[in-house]
Amino acid sequence: MADAAHDTVNRRDFLMIATGAVAGVGAVLTAWPFINQMNPDAAVLAMASIEVDLASIAEGQEVILKWRGNPVFVRHRNKAEIDAAKAVPLADLKDPNSRNDNLKGSGEASDENRVVGGKEQFLVMMAVCTHLGCVPLGNSGEFAVVQGNAKTGGWFCPCHGSQYDTAGRIRKGPAPENLPVPPYKYLSDTKIQIG
Amino acid sequence: MKKFASLLIAASALFAASGAAFAEAEKSAKPIGYSFEGPFGTFDKAQLQRGYKVYKEVCSGCHAMKFVSFRNLADRGGPGFTEEQVKALAATFKVHDLDGNGASIDRAGLPSDAFPSPFANDDAAKAANGGALPPDLSLITKAREGWHGTFNQLINGIGGPQYVYSLLTGYEDPPADMAKDAPAGKYYNPYFQNGIWISMPAAGTLTDGRVVYDDGAKNTVDDMAKDVSAFLAWTAEPKMEERKQTGFEVMIYLAILAGLLYAVKKKIWRDIH
Amino acid sequence: MSGPSNYQPTSAIGKWFHERLPIVAFVKDHALDFPTPKNLNYWWTFGGILAVMMVVQIISGIVLVMHYTPHVDMAFASVEHIMRDVNYGWLLRYMHMTGASFFFIAVYIHMFRGMYYGSYKAPREVLWMIGVIIYLIMMATAFMGYVLPWGQMSFWGAKVITNLFSAIPFVGDSITTWLWGGYSVDNPTLNRFFSLHYLLPFVLAGVVILHIWALHVPGNNNPTGISVKGPQDTVPFHPYYTLKDGFAIVAFLIVYGLFVFYGPNYMGDAVNYVQANPLSTPAHIKPEWYYLPFYAILRSIPNKLLGVIAMFSSILILLFLPWLDTSRVRSGTYRPVFKLEFWVFAVVCVALGYIGSRPPEGSYVMWGQILTVYYFAHFIIILPLMGLLETPKALPSSISEDVLAKAVPAK
Repeated sequence: MADAAHDTVNRRDFLMIATGAVAGVGAVLTAWPFINQMNPDAAVLAMASIEVDLASIAEGQEVILKWRGNPVFVRHRNKAEIDAAKAVPLADLKDPNSRNDNLKGSGEASDENRVVGGKEQFLVMMAVCTHLGCVPLGNSGEFAVVQGNAKTGGWFCPCHGSQYDTAGRIRKGPAPENLPVPPYKYLSDTKIQIG
Repeated sequence: MKKFASLLIAASALFAASGAAFAEAEKSAKPIGYSFEGPFGTFDKAQLQRGYKVYKEVCSGCHAMKFVSFRNLADRGGPGFTEEQVKALAATFKVHDLDGNGASIDRAGLPSDAFPSPFANDDAAKAANGGALPPDLSLITKAREGWHGTFNQLINGIGGPQYVYSLLTGYEDPPADMAKDAPAGKYYNPYFQNGIWISMPAAGTLTDGRVVYDDGAKNTVDDMAKDVSAFLAWTAEPKMEERKQTGFEVMIYLAILAGLLYAVKKKIWRDIH
Repeated sequence: MSGPSNYQPTSAIGKWFHERLPIVAFVKDHALDFPTPKNLNYWWTFGGILAVMMVVQIISGIVLVMHYTPHVDMAFASVEHIMRDVNYGWLLRYMHMTGASFFFIAVYIHMFRGMYYGSYKAPREVLWMIGVIIYLIMMATAFMGYVLPWGQMSFWGAKVITNLFSAIPFVGDSITTWLWGGYSVDNPTLNRFFSLHYLLPFVLAGVVILHIWALHVPGNNNPTGISVKGPQDTVPFHPYYTLKDGFAIVAFLIVYGLFVFYGPNYMGDAVNYVQANPLSTPAHIKPEWYYLPFYAILRSIPNKLLGVIAMFSSILILLFLPWLDTSRVRSGTYRPVFKLEFWVFAVVCVALGYIGSRPPEGSYVMWGQILTVYYFAHFIIILPLMGLLETPKALPSSISEDVLAKAVPAK
């Protein structure tokens, strides 16, 4: 008699535990859509990469594009800008980190590390000053290359005076880091995909 | 309880009979079947691709599809185009944009763009179509009822895709006594929900062999109408397959949980009853 | 029901907290130990089902608002954005849409249960009236919610119903303009409906707490209508009714799930998938199914103002039910004439709903009027008379006696 009652209690416990477990699993699975709906939706993800046609950017020109809500510089550098960037000793750099998302382990901020695939004539960087987020002005600042009475390359941020050189590296002013290089790749010699 | 059941059945019979009284179209839609009907129905990818071609070559000249983006054509549960195919077919459309100087330009479509409207705005659309506005097709199969009746719709569905199919295959010569009253610029179609005279011309829509399918499938008016109505069922409900799949999993889970709860309830209540 | 609690905190922290905020004791008394009649049938599970549906609507509503835009130019598109692009957006939208219908299915069953078993009778009159207020808040919330997707029926339904207020003499037009925020239903209307649609469910939750409080003073009614005489008539709410309600809730969710996943647009109107167009009226304007009986009553009366009065009266008359029913016997189980008439009344309500879905033409008009007359007659004439004239069946002496009598198999 005692055994049968004991048995019933055990079966009841097992059943209750099983039911509780199934209900708990259901609650967690039900919660997932409510949490996931806050993740980026398909429309946002669709804009997560953009393609840029490089053929339309002449030497010495740059375009500013919007990528994931932020502005991006795509600059076609001339030889003078590239040479000036390569001539800078790494010890002079305020931020020695290349800040290039395309390198595994970021590496030093040499000019090669600021571009992708050895294509040094194209510089792709976030157009967001690493100080407080303003968009720096191109072809200006102390670190531009002076040709005649025009400046080429280099950036100057008008908000608090940060100065970037012809490879977009911070040289002077309150900004702590080089302008970051976003993930991008060459789809062909004249086309890149950012993101 | 028995009285309840019989009285409620009597009341429900009123609902069941409500089919004939209320038809807006002269004729209810032809009740054809589709692969995606029923709790386990799925879209036929090849059919959706053929339907897309019909939309592109026949309908897109007048009808927009603004809630559908090109990238959706590569989504799971849809026509199953590849990313490359989507890029290529997006580029065949012209999309309005602004250039760097703020001027209005037309550029090739990108996968992230929505299908562009063939007209600048609704008034331009009406002006080009004899005062009638060609409706946007994104949701057309959810926005139309093929037939009425509370029980009819519960069992047979709402008949939206069938409405589109019937409309496209439903052009006929008007009966002699009506032909003389035909309004100018309109065509007789008894499946149209806003009366029997529709502004969309028969000749401008489907004619046998109008769209040549890449896979060589049959392309009579009937075939093309089936294909494009299936495609439009997908544009209206791109998540349909995911919905039914998730539903199956949820129903199984709830049935198990209900069974467990019932067993526990019975156990607990044994001493009381 | 109130009084010293059974809760004895065992830990030091438990004691410390109990002296400052006795919430654990409160939960124990009202949700776990609460003495509940032991003979409740499954019609009593709908209160719990309603609480679950309220939570479902609030949570799905809050996440939908993260993606919805309440502006006439963007509302419809934002709902399509939810359906197509937002992760699981289609599920959240269909849950909320179908959830509204199932909230009403449950509330109508709950109300009819109350009417059949005399749950509105003394001492539960205030409980019943709070319930009517909950019902009114639900109707206002659902009405405004339906406007938000800004489809054709959203717009035209809003236009027809808000226009009713212009029937009020002298101040009607001012009130309608005030409601609209303009000279017709437009963006200001949509924005304020959005604000109020978000607000009212929380007001509802508060009124539901009052509803449960009012219930817990006398305790639950039961199918015999005979009051609880002592502990032998009751069982603790947990585990008996937590599990019974739990099972009923899951069974209800199964039916709910069938519609969410396999028939989400069945109870809706196809025309609401067309964007709102103030210049084009749909052929048949009708509200969602849960308003149809009242829509039928509104249209039965040819005069605009009297029709509006009749429609609102048909809901407000419920407030007086505890006094209109004169019977000394509480439960319909022991009232043979009332039992029959109750089902007639239920069929009349369903039939009124049917009439509300039809165009106001032909014999539908006459039937609508006949049914409307019966609806009011039920409350004003039939119930009062029946209570006085009816001979009830013999009542059992207690709940326990009734339970034991049923348990003994008939020989």
